[in-house]
Amino acid sequence: MKKTLALLALLLSFNALADLRATGDLGIVIEREDGNALIINTTEHKRLAKIEKLGDLSHASVVFSRDQRYAYIFGRDGGLSKIDMLKDSIDKRIIQAGNSIGGAISQDGKLIAVSNYTPGGIKVFSSDTLELVADIPSSYGDGLRSKVVGLVDAPGQRFVFSLFDAGEIWVTDLTNTKTPVIKKFPNIGKQPYDGLITPDGHFYIAGLFGEPGLALLDLWNVDSGVKRILSDYGKDDEKLPVYKMPHLEGWAIAGNYVFAPAIGQHKVLVIDKNTWELHDTITVVGQPVFVMARPDARQIWVNFAFPDNHQLQIIDVKDLSLRKTLTPGKAVLHMEFTPRGEQVWVAVRDDNQVVVYDTETLQEITRLPAKQPNGIFFSSRAHKIGL
Amino acid sequence: MKKLSLLLWVTTTAFAGEPTFERQTTLRNQLNHDCGACHGLTLKGGLGPSLLPEALADKPDEFLISTILEGRKGTAMPPWQPFMSHDEAAWLLGILRASSHK
Repeated sequence: MKKTLALLALLLSFNALADLRATGDLGIVIEREDGNALIINTTEHKRLAKIEKLGDLSHASVVFSRDQRYAYIFGRDGGLSKIDMLKDSIDKRIIQAGNSIGGAISQDGKLIAVSNYTPGGIKVFSSDTLELVADIPSSYGDGLRSKVVGLVDAPGQRFVFSLFDAGEIWVTDLTNTKTPVIKKFPNIGKQPYDGLITPDGHFYIAGLFGEPGLALLDLWNVDSGVKRILSDYGKDDEKLPVYKMPHLEGWAIAGNYVFAPAIGQHKVLVIDKNTWELHDTITVVGQPVFVMARPDARQIWVNFAFPDNHQLQIIDVKDLSLRKTLTPGKAVLHMEFTPRGEQVWVAVRDDNQVVVYDTETLQEITRLPAKQPNGIFFSSRAHKIGL
Repeated sequence: MKKLSLLLWVTTTAFAGEPTFERQTTLRNQLNHDCGACHGLTLKGGLGPSLLPEALADKPDEFLISTILEGRKGTAMPPWQPFMSHDEAAWLLGILRASSHK
C-alpha cells in the first residue's frame, strides 16, 4: 500500500511537472475581426491557445501583470478582459464603457486604467478583481467630455493622458484611489492624437494633429508646465493625406535621439533629446505609423499607413541611413521585438499571418497563421514603464 | 419606344454604378479596416464620427460622397479619390445608409 502511494505521488509530481509553464517568454496576438487572443510562445514560435469571445478588438491593446501571469486586453467596445496565461482562460471580463481606446497598468501593478472615448474619461480598476476604484470624467468647457488618448502609467503611481477634443494633458496621482489628485494642463495644442512616456518615465509627449509640433511635459518638473516643441516644423508645407493615424507608443528613444513619425509627410523625424530641436529627417516610403527602436536602439523599424502598408523600413541608428525595405505582406499593422531584440514579430493582417524576422540578418525565420492579426504584445512589457 | 429607351438608359447607368464583385470585396474590406481605423470596426465612431445610418440620416448624398472623395479640411478625414471612383463612393454610401457593411 505504501509503495502504491509513493508511486502515485511520483506519477502526480510528473504530471505537475508536465503542466508547468513559465510566462516570461509568452505573448498575445490579437485577431482583430474575430475578437480572439492567441497566447503564443516566443521562444518556440508556437501557438499555445486561442481565447475567444473578447468582443471588438479592432485597435486592441494589452498590458501585463507584474508577475506576467495575466494579460489585460482593452477592446474598442469598452471590454476589459483579464486572461490567465497559465490556464489559457478568461479570468474576468467586464464591459466598462461604450467606446474605448487603450489602457495602462499602475507602477505597483495593482491598478488598471482604461481611456474612453464615450463617455470620455478614464476609469480605474483593481487589477485583481476588476472592480471600479476610481472614475475620472474628462470634463471641459461647458459640460463637455473629451475623448481620451495617449494614456500611460508614470512613476509615483500616476497616470498621464491627453484630451483630444479639449487640447489638454492631465496628470493623475492615484496613490490614494479614493481621492485622486488631478493636475490639468490646458492649451497644449490642437487635437493631441496620442501620447507616450519616455522609457525612463521622465517626459510625457503628446503628438498634435490639429497643428504642427508636439507638447512636452517634464514629469520631474510638472510645475514648469507644458512646452511646445517642433512647432515650426512643416508648418508651411502642404500636408499629404494621412490614411491612418500614427501611434506614439513605442516611439523610439535611441541614445540622444528621439525618432517620431512626421504627420502628413513621408518622413521620420530625428529629435535631439537634449535640446528638443529637430536634428534631422529621414525620408521613408509612406506615412509612418509605428516608429519603434530595437531594444538595443541600434535599429529603428517603421511601418506605414495605407496605401504603403505592405512595407517595413529599417533605419540604422549608427549613421541614420535606411538599411533595408522589407515586404512582409499585405497590411503590416504592428510589430513587437523579443525582450533583447534578436527577433521581431510582425502582424500582417490581410495575409492572415505573423512573420518573424531575425533583426541582424533581416531574414525571415518563420510564419505563423493568425486571422487578421492587428497587434502583438509580449509579456516582457510587464516590467517596462509606459507599456 | 421613347419610354423603353429611357428605361434602358436608367438600367445601364445603374449597372455602370455597381462595382464588380471583386471591387465590392476590396471596398468592403477597405470600409472595415481603413475607414474602421478611425470610425471603429462597427462604424459607431472613434476619433472620427459615427457612420451609422442614424448619424448620416440628415446629410445629403452629394455632401457625403464629396467628403469621401475629397476629405474634410480641418479634420483628419483624408481624400479617398485616388483609390475609388465617384460611383464606388456612392455605392459605399448606399452600404452605410442600409447598414449592410457586415
